[in-house]
Amino acid sequence: MSTEKVIEVREMVKRFGSFVANDHLSFDVYRGEVFGFLGANGAGKTTAIKILCGLSRPSSGSVMVAGIDASRSPEEIKKKIGYMSQKFSLYEDLTVAENIELYGGIYGMRMKEIRDRTDKLLERLDFTHYRNTIIADMPLGLKQKLAFSVAVFHDPEIVFLDEPTSGVDPITRRQFWEMIYETAAGGITVFVTTHYMDEAEYCNRITIMNEGKIVALDTPARLKEEYGVTNMEELFVMITRPKKPSAV
Amino acid sequence: MGSFIETKNITHHFGSTIALDDVSFTIGENELFGFIGPDGGGKTTLFRILTTLIIPDKGSAAIMGYDTVKEFRELRKEIGYMPGRFSLYQDLTVEENLKFYATIFGSTIEENYYLIKDIYSQIEPFRKRLAGRLSGGMKQKLALSCALIHKPSLLILDEPTTGVDAVSRAEFWEMLHRLRDEGITIVVSTPYMDEALRCDRIALIQNGHILDINTPENIRKRFTRRLYAASHPDKYKLLLALRDISCISSAFPFGESVHITLTDEASCDDVMNSLCANGIMGTVINDIEPGVEDTFLELMQK
Repeated sequence: MSTEKVIEVREMVKRFGSFVANDHLSFDVYRGEVFGFLGANGAGKTTAIKILCGLSRPSSGSVMVAGIDASRSPEEIKKKIGYMSQKFSLYEDLTVAENIELYGGIYGMRMKEIRDRTDKLLERLDFTHYRNTIIADMPLGLKQKLAFSVAVFHDPEIVFLDEPTSGVDPITRRQFWEMIYETAAGGITVFVTTHYMDEAEYCNRITIMNEGKIVALDTPARLKEEYGVTNMEELFVMITRPKKPSAV
Repeated sequence: MGSFIETKNITHHFGSTIALDDVSFTIGENELFGFIGPDGGGKTTLFRILTTLIIPDKGSAAIMGYDTVKEFRELRKEIGYMPGRFSLYQDLTVEENLKFYATIFGSTIEENYYLIKDIYSQIEPFRKRLAGRLSGGMKQKLALSCALIHKPSLLILDEPTTGVDAVSRAEFWEMLHRLRDEGITIVVSTPYMDEALRCDRIALIQNGHILDINTPENIRKRFTRRLYAASHPDKYKLLLALRDISCISSAFPFGESVHITLTDEASCDDVMNSLCANGIMGTVINDIEPGVEDTFLELMQK
Protein backbone atom coordinates (compact mmCIF):
# COMPACT_ATOMS: atom_id res chain seq x y z
CA MET A 1 0.00 0.00 0.00
CA SER A 2 1.45 3.36 -0.96
CA THR A 3 1.16 6.78 0.64
CA GLU A 4 -0.32 8.28 -2.51
CA LYS A 5 -3.84 9.53 -1.87
CA VAL A 6 -6.45 8.53 -4.42
CA ILE A 7 -9.40 9.91 -2.48
CA GLU A 8 -9.09 13.14 -0.50
CA VAL A 9 -12.16 14.40 1.29
CA ARG A 10 -12.08 17.62 3.33
CA GLU A 11 -15.01 19.03 5.28
CA MET A 12 -17.48 17.54 2.83
CA VAL A 13 -21.06 18.59 3.51
CA LYS A 14 -24.18 17.48 1.67
CA ARG A 15 -27.52 19.05 2.50
CA PHE A 16 -30.98 18.17 1.27
CA GLY A 17 -33.03 21.19 2.27
CA SER A 18 -32.50 21.59 5.99
CA PHE A 19 -31.36 17.98 6.39
CA VAL A 20 -27.60 17.46 6.66
CA ALA A 21 -26.86 14.01 5.21
CA ASN A 22 -23.06 14.40 5.32
CA ASP A 23 -21.77 16.63 8.07
CA HIS A 24 -18.17 17.78 7.48
CA LEU A 25 -16.58 14.49 6.45
CA SER A 26 -12.79 14.38 6.14
CA PHE A 27 -10.77 11.32 5.22
CA ASP A 28 -8.12 10.00 2.82
CA VAL A 29 -7.90 6.70 0.99
CA TYR A 30 -4.54 5.49 -0.33
CA ARG A 31 -3.57 3.75 -3.53
CA GLY A 32 -3.89 -0.01 -3.24
CA GLU A 33 -5.80 0.19 0.02
CA VAL A 34 -8.83 -1.95 0.85
CA PHE A 35 -11.01 0.61 2.59
CA GLY A 36 -14.23 -0.32 4.40
CA PHE A 37 -17.09 2.15 4.65
CA LEU A 38 -19.64 1.19 7.29
CA GLY A 39 -22.67 2.69 8.92
CA ALA A 40 -26.25 1.95 9.90
CA ASN A 41 -29.08 2.35 7.38
CA GLY A 42 -29.65 6.07 7.00
CA ALA A 43 -26.24 7.10 8.36
CA GLY A 44 -25.33 8.92 5.15
CA LYS A 45 -23.15 6.32 3.42
CA THR A 46 -25.07 6.25 0.16
CA THR A 47 -25.02 10.03 -0.09
CA ALA A 48 -21.24 10.07 0.39
CA ILE A 49 -20.63 7.29 -2.11
CA LYS A 50 -22.74 9.00 -4.74
CA ILE A 51 -20.50 12.05 -4.43
CA LEU A 52 -17.33 9.93 -4.60
CA CYS A 53 -18.67 8.22 -7.75
CA GLY A 54 -19.50 11.52 -9.42
CA LEU A 55 -23.27 10.99 -9.25
CA SER A 56 -23.92 13.92 -6.97
CA ARG A 57 -22.08 17.10 -5.99
CA PRO A 58 -21.15 18.10 -2.46
CA SER A 59 -22.88 21.19 -1.03
CA SER A 60 -19.52 22.38 0.31
CA GLY A 61 -16.05 21.14 1.13
CA SER A 62 -13.47 19.65 -1.19
CA VAL A 63 -13.55 16.16 -2.68
CA MET A 64 -10.79 14.85 -4.92
CA VAL A 65 -11.22 11.41 -6.48
CA ALA A 66 -8.41 10.02 -8.64
CA GLY A 67 -7.10 13.56 -8.98
CA ILE A 68 -10.43 14.96 -10.14
CA ASP A 69 -12.46 17.58 -8.33
CA ALA A 70 -15.88 16.10 -7.60
CA SER A 71 -17.48 19.55 -7.40
CA ARG A 72 -16.24 20.64 -10.80
CA SER A 73 -15.97 17.58 -13.05
CA PRO A 74 -18.03 14.72 -11.59
CA GLU A 75 -18.46 13.19 -15.08
CA GLU A 76 -14.70 12.69 -15.35
CA ILE A 77 -14.69 10.64 -12.16
CA LYS A 78 -16.98 8.02 -13.65
CA LYS A 79 -14.36 7.05 -16.21
CA LYS A 80 -11.77 6.43 -13.51
CA ILE A 81 -13.78 4.14 -11.28
CA GLY A 82 -15.44 0.75 -11.34
CA TYR A 83 -18.55 -0.32 -9.44
CA MET A 84 -20.05 -3.61 -8.38
CA SER A 85 -23.03 -4.29 -6.18
CA GLN A 86 -24.44 -7.54 -4.95
CA LYS A 87 -27.91 -6.59 -6.14
CA PHE A 88 -27.06 -5.73 -9.71
CA SER A 89 -23.89 -6.22 -11.64
CA LEU A 90 -24.27 -8.25 -14.83
CA TYR A 91 -27.00 -8.59 -17.43
CA GLU A 92 -28.61 -11.95 -16.79
CA ASP A 93 -29.73 -12.50 -20.38
CA LEU A 94 -26.39 -11.71 -21.99
CA THR A 95 -23.50 -14.16 -22.21
CA VAL A 96 -20.25 -13.83 -20.31
CA ALA A 97 -18.42 -12.46 -23.35
CA GLU A 98 -21.26 -10.07 -24.21
CA ASN A 99 -21.31 -8.63 -20.69
CA ILE A 100 -17.58 -7.99 -20.82
CA GLU A 101 -17.85 -6.39 -24.25
CA LEU A 102 -20.72 -4.19 -23.11
CA TYR A 103 -18.80 -2.90 -20.09
CA GLY A 104 -15.59 -2.45 -22.03
CA GLY A 105 -17.52 -0.51 -24.66
CA ILE A 106 -19.22 1.72 -22.09
CA TYR A 107 -15.80 2.66 -20.75
CA GLY A 108 -14.62 3.51 -24.24
CA MET A 109 -12.21 0.63 -24.71
CA ARG A 110 -11.37 -0.37 -28.25
CA MET A 111 -12.75 -3.63 -29.62
CA LYS A 112 -9.32 -5.16 -30.10
CA GLU A 113 -8.30 -4.37 -26.56
CA ILE A 114 -11.59 -5.78 -25.26
CA ARG A 115 -11.04 -9.03 -27.16
CA ASP A 116 -7.46 -9.44 -26.02
CA ARG A 117 -8.29 -8.73 -22.42
CA THR A 118 -11.37 -10.96 -22.51
CA ASP A 119 -9.24 -13.91 -23.60
CA LYS A 120 -6.75 -13.25 -20.83
CA LEU A 121 -9.44 -12.75 -18.23
CA LEU A 122 -11.36 -15.91 -19.08
CA GLU A 123 -8.15 -17.89 -19.01
CA ARG A 124 -7.10 -16.47 -15.66
CA LEU A 125 -10.51 -17.24 -14.12
CA ASP A 126 -10.52 -20.67 -15.77
CA PHE A 127 -13.77 -19.59 -17.43
CA THR A 128 -13.02 -20.24 -21.12
CA HIS A 129 -15.77 -22.85 -21.36
CA TYR A 130 -18.25 -20.27 -20.01
CA ARG A 131 -17.52 -17.69 -22.71
CA ASN A 132 -20.90 -18.16 -24.42
CA THR A 133 -22.92 -19.07 -21.33
CA ILE A 134 -25.87 -16.87 -20.40
CA ILE A 135 -25.24 -15.26 -17.02
CA ALA A 136 -28.55 -16.56 -15.66
CA ASP A 137 -27.26 -20.13 -16.10
CA MET A 138 -24.10 -19.59 -14.06
CA PRO A 139 -23.66 -20.53 -10.41
CA LEU A 140 -23.84 -17.56 -8.05
CA GLY A 141 -20.25 -17.82 -6.87
CA LEU A 142 -18.88 -17.65 -10.41
CA LYS A 143 -21.18 -14.75 -11.27
CA GLN A 144 -19.78 -12.78 -8.35
CA LYS A 145 -16.20 -13.44 -9.44
CA LEU A 146 -17.01 -12.39 -12.97
CA ALA A 147 -18.88 -9.31 -11.80
CA PHE A 148 -15.81 -8.19 -9.90
CA SER A 149 -13.51 -8.85 -12.86
CA VAL A 150 -15.82 -6.84 -15.10
CA ALA A 151 -15.84 -3.94 -12.62
CA VAL A 152 -12.05 -3.69 -12.89
CA PHE A 153 -11.82 -4.66 -16.57
CA HIS A 154 -11.07 -1.10 -17.69
CA ASP A 155 -8.31 -0.80 -15.10
CA PRO A 156 -9.92 1.89 -12.94
CA GLU A 157 -8.11 3.82 -10.20
CA ILE A 158 -10.73 2.82 -7.65
CA VAL A 159 -13.36 0.12 -7.53
CA PHE A 160 -16.44 0.52 -5.33
CA LEU A 161 -17.94 -2.70 -3.98
CA ASP A 162 -21.31 -2.83 -2.26
CA GLU A 163 -21.65 -5.89 0.02
CA PRO A 164 -19.48 -7.87 -2.38
CA THR A 165 -19.56 -11.30 -0.76
CA SER A 166 -22.99 -11.32 0.77
CA GLY A 167 -24.69 -14.71 0.32
CA VAL A 168 -21.83 -16.63 -1.30
CA ASP A 169 -20.44 -19.85 0.14
CA PRO A 170 -17.43 -19.71 2.47
CA ILE A 171 -14.92 -21.04 -0.06
CA THR A 172 -16.02 -18.77 -2.91
CA ARG A 173 -16.01 -15.86 -0.53
CA ARG A 174 -12.37 -16.48 0.33
CA GLN A 175 -11.45 -16.80 -3.32
CA PHE A 176 -13.26 -13.53 -3.83
CA TRP A 177 -11.28 -11.77 -1.13
CA GLU A 178 -8.10 -13.11 -2.65
CA MET A 179 -9.12 -11.49 -5.92
CA ILE A 180 -9.70 -8.25 -4.03
CA TYR A 181 -6.28 -8.43 -2.38
CA GLU A 182 -4.64 -9.24 -5.69
CA THR A 183 -6.37 -6.26 -7.29
CA ALA A 184 -5.31 -3.98 -4.44
CA ALA A 185 -1.73 -5.29 -4.62
CA GLY A 186 -1.83 -4.35 -8.31
CA GLY A 187 -2.49 -0.71 -7.37
CA ILE A 188 -6.28 -0.46 -7.68
CA THR A 189 -7.90 0.98 -4.58
CA VAL A 190 -10.84 -1.03 -3.27
CA PHE A 191 -13.65 0.82 -1.51
CA VAL A 192 -16.05 -1.57 0.22
CA THR A 193 -19.40 -0.73 1.76
CA THR A 194 -21.05 -3.41 3.81
CA HIS A 195 -23.39 -4.19 6.68
CA TYR A 196 -21.45 -7.32 7.45
CA MET A 197 -18.75 -7.02 10.01
CA ASP A 198 -16.87 -10.08 8.87
CA GLU A 199 -16.43 -8.36 5.50
CA ALA A 200 -15.17 -5.30 7.36
CA GLU A 201 -12.47 -7.39 9.04
CA TYR A 202 -10.85 -8.02 5.66
CA CYS A 203 -10.25 -4.30 5.07
CA ASN A 204 -6.96 -2.50 5.75
CA ARG A 205 -8.83 0.38 7.38
CA ILE A 206 -12.47 1.05 8.05
CA THR A 207 -14.57 4.06 8.78
CA ILE A 208 -17.92 4.01 10.56
CA MET A 209 -20.53 6.67 9.87
CA ASN A 210 -23.34 7.58 12.21
CA GLU A 211 -25.93 10.32 11.77
CA GLY A 212 -24.03 11.97 8.93
CA LYS A 213 -20.65 12.04 10.68
CA ILE A 214 -17.57 9.85 10.69
CA VAL A 215 -17.31 8.45 14.20
CA ALA A 216 -14.43 6.00 13.77
CA LEU A 217 -11.58 5.57 11.30
CA ASP A 218 -8.67 3.17 11.75
CA THR A 219 -7.53 -0.41 11.19
CA PRO A 220 -9.96 -3.04 12.51
CA ALA A 221 -7.33 -4.20 15.03
CA ARG A 222 -6.70 -0.74 16.47
CA LEU A 223 -10.41 0.05 16.69
CA LYS A 224 -11.13 -3.16 18.56
CA GLU A 225 -8.30 -2.38 20.94
CA GLU A 226 -9.36 1.22 21.43
CA TYR A 227 -12.93 0.28 22.31
CA GLY A 228 -12.00 -2.85 24.24
CA VAL A 229 -14.15 -5.22 22.18
CA THR A 230 -13.35 -8.60 20.66
CA ASN A 231 -15.14 -8.26 17.35
CA MET A 232 -16.36 -5.67 14.86
CA GLU A 233 -20.01 -6.44 15.50
CA GLU A 234 -19.70 -5.34 19.13
CA LEU A 235 -17.77 -2.28 18.08
CA PHE A 236 -20.36 -1.29 15.51
CA VAL A 237 -23.29 -1.70 17.89
CA MET A 238 -21.44 0.20 20.61
CA ILE A 239 -20.70 3.12 18.31
CA THR A 240 -23.94 3.41 16.40
CA ARG A 241 -26.77 2.07 18.55
CA PRO A 242 -29.16 4.98 18.48
CA LYS A 243 -30.09 6.57 21.74
CA LYS A 244 -33.40 5.11 22.84
CA PRO A 245 -36.25 7.58 22.61
CA SER A 246 -37.35 8.80 26.04
CA ALA A 247 -40.07 6.74 27.69
CA VAL A 248 -43.50 7.18 26.16
CA MET B 1 -40.31 -34.32 23.78
CA GLY B 2 -41.64 -35.44 20.40
CA SER B 3 -40.53 -33.84 17.21
CA PHE B 4 -42.35 -30.69 16.25
CA ILE B 5 -41.17 -30.77 12.66
CA GLU B 6 -40.10 -33.97 10.96
CA THR B 7 -38.99 -34.28 7.36
CA LYS B 8 -38.17 -37.55 5.67
CA ASN B 9 -36.04 -37.88 2.55
CA ILE B 10 -37.21 -34.69 0.88
CA THR B 11 -35.97 -34.32 -2.68
CA HIS B 12 -36.99 -31.52 -4.99
CA HIS B 13 -35.96 -30.45 -8.48
CA PHE B 14 -36.45 -27.38 -10.61
CA GLY B 15 -36.02 -28.68 -14.12
CA SER B 16 -32.68 -30.44 -14.13
CA THR B 17 -31.42 -28.57 -11.06
CA ILE B 18 -31.62 -30.46 -7.81
CA ALA B 19 -32.64 -28.03 -5.07
CA LEU B 20 -32.96 -30.50 -2.20
CA ASP B 21 -31.39 -33.92 -2.16
CA ASP B 22 -32.74 -36.44 0.35
CA VAL B 23 -33.09 -34.07 3.26
CA SER B 24 -34.22 -35.49 6.62
CA PHE B 25 -34.22 -33.75 9.99
CA THR B 26 -36.31 -33.15 13.08
CA ILE B 27 -36.86 -29.95 15.02
CA GLY B 28 -38.16 -29.95 18.59
CA GLU B 29 -40.92 -27.83 20.04
CA ASN B 30 -39.80 -24.37 21.13
CA GLU B 31 -36.43 -24.59 19.45
CA LEU B 32 -34.83 -21.63 17.72
CA PHE B 33 -33.43 -23.52 14.77
CA GLY B 34 -31.22 -22.03 12.06
CA PHE B 35 -30.46 -23.14 8.52
CA ILE B 36 -27.07 -21.68 7.71
CA GLY B 37 -25.73 -21.72 4.18
CA PRO B 38 -25.03 -19.77 0.99
CA ASP B 39 -27.58 -18.56 -1.53
CA GLY B 40 -28.74 -21.34 -3.81
CA GLY B 41 -28.21 -23.96 -1.10
CA GLY B 42 -31.87 -24.96 -0.88
CA LYS B 43 -33.01 -22.95 2.14
CA THR B 44 -35.90 -21.16 0.45
CA THR B 45 -37.15 -24.30 -1.32
CA LEU B 46 -37.16 -26.13 1.99
CA PHE B 47 -39.10 -23.30 3.65
CA ARG B 48 -41.66 -23.29 0.87
CA ILE B 49 -42.22 -26.99 1.39
CA LEU B 50 -42.58 -26.52 5.16
CA THR B 51 -45.04 -23.66 4.66
CA THR B 52 -47.13 -25.90 2.32
CA LEU B 53 -46.49 -23.65 -0.68
CA ILE B 54 -44.84 -26.30 -2.83
CA ILE B 55 -45.14 -30.05 -2.88
CA PRO B 56 -41.83 -31.95 -2.79
CA ASP B 57 -41.03 -34.36 -5.64
CA LYS B 58 -40.21 -37.03 -3.07
CA GLY B 59 -40.34 -37.46 0.68
CA SER B 60 -42.61 -35.94 3.28
CA ALA B 61 -42.76 -33.30 5.97
CA ALA B 62 -44.98 -33.13 9.03
CA ILE B 63 -45.38 -30.24 11.43
CA MET B 64 -47.21 -30.77 14.75
CA GLY B 65 -48.31 -34.08 13.27
CA TYR B 66 -49.94 -32.43 10.23
CA ASP B 67 -48.73 -33.56 6.83
CA THR B 68 -47.65 -30.54 4.75
CA VAL B 69 -49.41 -31.87 1.66
CA LYS B 70 -52.58 -33.59 2.91
CA GLU B 71 -53.30 -31.35 5.87
CA PHE B 72 -52.11 -28.01 4.58
CA ARG B 73 -55.33 -26.22 5.60
CA GLU B 74 -54.96 -27.04 9.28
CA LEU B 75 -51.25 -26.40 9.14
CA ARG B 76 -51.45 -22.94 7.61
CA LYS B 77 -53.26 -21.66 10.68
CA GLU B 78 -50.31 -22.69 12.82
CA ILE B 79 -47.58 -21.08 10.75
CA GLY B 80 -46.37 -17.51 10.48
CA TYR B 81 -44.11 -17.03 7.46
CA MET B 82 -41.83 -14.18 6.57
CA PRO B 83 -40.50 -14.72 3.05
CA GLY B 84 -37.09 -13.48 1.99
CA ARG B 85 -38.49 -10.90 -0.36
CA PHE B 86 -40.73 -8.20 1.14
CA SER B 87 -44.19 -9.51 0.28
CA LEU B 88 -46.63 -7.22 2.02
CA TYR B 89 -49.00 -4.94 0.16
CA GLN B 90 -46.95 -1.87 -0.76
CA ASP B 91 -50.04 0.20 -1.49
CA LEU B 92 -51.68 -0.48 1.84
CA THR B 93 -50.61 1.39 4.95
CA VAL B 94 -48.71 -0.18 7.81
CA GLU B 95 -51.89 -0.53 9.84
CA GLU B 96 -53.97 -1.83 6.91
CA ASN B 97 -51.44 -4.58 6.23
CA LEU B 98 -51.45 -5.69 9.84
CA LYS B 99 -55.24 -5.62 10.03
CA PHE B 100 -55.49 -7.58 6.79
CA TYR B 101 -53.24 -10.36 8.08
CA ALA B 102 -55.11 -10.52 11.39
CA THR B 103 -58.47 -10.68 9.61
CA ILE B 104 -57.64 -13.46 7.15
CA PHE B 105 -56.66 -15.62 10.10
CA GLY B 106 -59.92 -14.74 11.87
CA SER B 107 -58.19 -12.66 14.51
CA THR B 108 -57.83 -8.98 15.40
CA ILE B 109 -54.86 -6.74 16.08
CA GLU B 110 -56.06 -6.29 19.67
CA GLU B 111 -56.29 -10.01 20.41
CA ASN B 112 -52.58 -10.73 20.01
CA TYR B 113 -51.16 -7.26 20.33
CA TYR B 114 -49.07 -8.29 23.34
CA LEU B 115 -47.05 -10.57 21.09
CA ILE B 116 -46.02 -7.89 18.63
CA LYS B 117 -46.01 -4.91 21.00
CA ASP B 118 -42.20 -4.66 21.31
CA ILE B 119 -41.74 -4.72 17.55
CA TYR B 120 -44.83 -2.95 16.31
CA SER B 121 -44.61 -0.06 18.75
CA GLN B 122 -41.43 1.02 16.92
CA ILE B 123 -43.29 1.47 13.64
CA GLU B 124 -46.64 2.49 15.09
CA PRO B 125 -45.86 6.21 14.74
CA PHE B 126 -45.85 5.51 10.96
CA ARG B 127 -49.04 3.42 10.91
CA LYS B 128 -50.64 5.66 8.27
CA ARG B 129 -47.65 5.40 5.93
CA LEU B 130 -47.79 3.15 2.85
CA ALA B 131 -45.77 -0.02 3.39
CA GLY B 132 -43.92 0.59 0.13
CA ARG B 133 -42.51 3.81 1.55
CA LEU B 134 -40.92 2.36 4.67
CA SER B 135 -37.17 1.99 5.19
CA GLY B 136 -35.66 -1.51 5.08
CA GLY B 137 -35.53 -1.88 8.85
CA MET B 138 -39.15 -0.78 9.25
CA LYS B 139 -40.36 -3.12 6.49
CA GLN B 140 -38.67 -5.97 8.30
CA LYS B 141 -40.45 -5.07 11.55
CA LEU B 142 -43.81 -4.82 9.80
CA ALA B 143 -43.31 -8.15 8.03
CA LEU B 144 -42.49 -9.81 11.34
CA SER B 145 -45.56 -8.22 12.98
CA CYS B 146 -47.79 -9.51 10.17
CA ALA B 147 -46.32 -13.00 10.44
CA LEU B 148 -47.03 -13.02 14.18
CA ILE B 149 -50.41 -11.35 14.47
CA HIS B 150 -52.40 -14.61 14.37
CA LYS B 151 -50.24 -16.07 17.15
CA PRO B 152 -48.70 -18.93 15.19
CA SER B 153 -47.16 -21.96 16.88
CA LEU B 154 -44.34 -21.93 14.37
CA LEU B 155 -42.57 -18.95 12.88
CA ILE B 156 -40.61 -19.48 9.66
CA LEU B 157 -38.29 -16.66 8.64
CA ASP B 158 -36.38 -16.74 5.36
CA GLU B 159 -33.24 -14.60 5.62
CA PRO B 160 -34.90 -11.95 7.78
CA THR B 161 -31.62 -10.12 8.39
CA THR B 162 -30.23 -9.90 4.87
CA GLY B 163 -29.48 -6.30 3.91
CA VAL B 164 -30.18 -5.01 7.40
CA ASP B 165 -27.54 -3.08 9.33
CA ALA B 166 -25.73 -4.64 12.26
CA VAL B 167 -27.62 -2.72 14.94
CA SER B 168 -31.04 -3.68 13.59
CA ARG B 169 -29.85 -7.25 13.17
CA ALA B 170 -28.76 -7.47 16.80
CA GLU B 171 -32.17 -6.13 17.86
CA PHE B 172 -33.92 -8.57 15.56
CA TRP B 173 -32.18 -11.54 17.16
CA GLU B 174 -33.05 -10.24 20.61
CA MET B 175 -36.68 -10.16 19.47
CA LEU B 176 -36.48 -13.77 18.23
CA HIS B 177 -35.17 -14.89 21.60
CA ARG B 178 -38.11 -13.20 23.35
CA LEU B 179 -40.58 -14.89 20.99
CA ARG B 180 -38.99 -18.26 21.60
CA ASP B 181 -39.35 -17.62 25.32
CA GLU B 182 -43.08 -16.96 24.68
CA GLY B 183 -43.29 -20.56 23.45
CA ILE B 184 -43.09 -20.08 19.69
CA THR B 185 -40.93 -22.50 17.71
CA ILE B 186 -38.76 -20.57 15.27
CA VAL B 187 -37.06 -21.75 12.09
CA VAL B 188 -34.82 -19.14 10.50
CA SER B 189 -32.33 -19.10 7.63
CA THR B 190 -29.28 -16.94 7.10
CA PRO B 191 -26.18 -16.88 4.90
CA TYR B 192 -24.20 -15.39 7.80
CA MET B 193 -22.18 -17.77 9.90
CA ASP B 194 -21.89 -15.35 12.80
CA GLU B 195 -25.67 -15.53 13.29
CA ALA B 196 -25.41 -19.29 13.85
CA LEU B 197 -24.30 -18.69 17.42
CA ARG B 198 -27.65 -17.11 18.23
CA CYS B 199 -29.58 -20.33 17.47
CA ASP B 200 -30.24 -23.29 19.76
CA ARG B 201 -29.36 -25.71 16.98
CA ILE B 202 -28.28 -25.22 13.40
CA ALA B 203 -28.16 -27.15 10.16
CA LEU B 204 -25.37 -26.34 7.72
CA ILE B 205 -26.87 -26.58 4.25
CA GLN B 206 -25.21 -26.38 0.85
CA ASN B 207 -26.14 -27.56 -2.66
CA GLY B 208 -29.32 -29.20 -1.37
CA HIS B 209 -27.49 -31.25 1.25
CA ILE B 210 -27.39 -30.91 4.99
CA LEU B 211 -23.72 -31.09 5.94
CA ASP B 212 -24.36 -31.30 9.67
CA ILE B 213 -27.00 -30.62 12.32
CA ASN B 214 -26.06 -29.80 15.89
CA THR B 215 -25.75 -27.08 18.49
CA PRO B 216 -23.36 -24.31 17.38
CA GLU B 217 -20.99 -25.40 20.14
CA ASN B 218 -20.89 -29.02 18.94
CA ILE B 219 -20.49 -27.92 15.34
CA ARG B 220 -17.42 -25.97 16.38
CA LYS B 221 -16.11 -29.00 18.25
CA ARG B 222 -16.33 -31.11 15.10
CA PHE B 223 -13.29 -29.29 13.89
CA THR B 224 -10.76 -31.73 15.27
CA ARG B 225 -7.47 -30.32 14.06
CA ARG B 226 -5.49 -27.58 15.73
CA LEU B 227 -6.22 -24.23 14.23
CA TYR B 228 -3.93 -21.21 14.15
CA ALA B 229 -4.43 -17.62 13.11
CA ALA B 230 -1.45 -16.04 11.35
CA SER B 231 -1.33 -12.29 10.97
CA HIS B 232 0.97 -9.85 9.25
CA PRO B 233 0.41 -6.26 8.08
CA ASP B 234 0.54 -7.44 4.45
CA LYS B 235 -2.16 -10.11 4.50
CA TYR B 236 -1.96 -10.94 0.82
CA LYS B 237 1.80 -11.45 0.85
CA LEU B 238 1.42 -13.63 3.93
CA LEU B 239 -1.31 -15.71 2.34
CA LEU B 240 0.71 -16.35 -0.82
CA ALA B 241 3.78 -17.26 1.22
CA LEU B 242 1.78 -19.64 3.44
CA ARG B 243 0.46 -21.45 0.38
CA ASP B 244 4.03 -22.25 -0.63
CA ILE B 245 4.99 -23.82 2.68
CA SER B 246 4.84 -27.60 2.50
CA CYS B 247 3.86 -28.21 6.14
CA ILE B 248 0.71 -26.08 5.79
CA SER B 249 -2.30 -28.25 5.14
CA SER B 250 -4.88 -25.44 4.71
CA ALA B 251 -4.73 -21.63 4.62
CA PHE B 252 -7.87 -19.49 4.40
CA PRO B 253 -8.12 -15.74 4.80
CA PHE B 254 -10.38 -14.90 7.76
CA GLY B 255 -10.78 -11.17 8.08
CA GLU B 256 -7.66 -9.78 9.68
CA SER B 257 -5.76 -13.05 9.80
CA VAL B 258 -5.21 -16.25 7.87
CA HIS B 259 -6.49 -19.44 9.51
CA ILE B 260 -4.09 -22.31 9.00
CA THR B 261 -3.85 -25.97 9.84
CA LEU B 262 -0.57 -27.88 9.71
CA THR B 263 0.44 -31.34 8.63
CA ASP B 264 0.71 -33.82 11.50
CA GLU B 265 4.38 -33.58 12.32
CA ALA B 266 4.77 -29.82 11.78
CA SER B 267 4.87 -27.05 14.38
CA CYS B 268 4.37 -23.29 14.33
CA ASP B 269 8.12 -22.85 14.55
CA ASP B 270 8.49 -24.61 11.22
CA VAL B 271 6.05 -22.15 9.70
CA MET B 272 7.81 -19.15 11.24
CA ASN B 273 11.17 -20.39 9.99
CA SER B 274 9.87 -20.90 6.47
CA LEU B 275 8.29 -17.43 6.46
CA CYS B 276 11.53 -15.83 7.65
CA ALA B 277 13.47 -17.73 5.02
CA ASN B 278 11.13 -16.14 2.48
CA GLY B 279 11.79 -12.71 3.92
CA ILE B 280 8.47 -12.31 5.73
CA MET B 281 9.28 -11.07 9.20
CA GLY B 282 7.05 -10.15 12.08
CA THR B 283 4.27 -12.66 11.52
CA VAL B 284 2.26 -13.46 14.63
CA ILE B 285 0.78 -16.94 14.96
CA ASN B 286 -1.76 -17.77 17.67
CA ASP B 287 -3.60 -20.90 18.68
CA ILE B 288 -7.33 -20.24 18.22
CA GLU B 289 -10.71 -21.86 18.77
CA PRO B 290 -12.43 -22.83 15.53
CA GLY B 291 -15.69 -21.08 14.64
CA VAL B 292 -18.73 -22.38 12.78
CA GLU B 293 -17.31 -21.09 9.51
CA ASP B 294 -14.08 -23.08 10.00
CA THR B 295 -16.16 -26.24 10.36
CA PHE B 296 -18.27 -25.32 7.36
CA LEU B 297 -15.12 -24.89 5.25
CA GLU B 298 -13.79 -28.23 6.42
CA LEU B 299 -17.07 -30.03 5.71
CA MET B 300 -17.29 -28.43 2.25
CA GLN B 301 -13.97 -29.92 1.28
CA LYS B 302 -14.97 -33.47 2.13
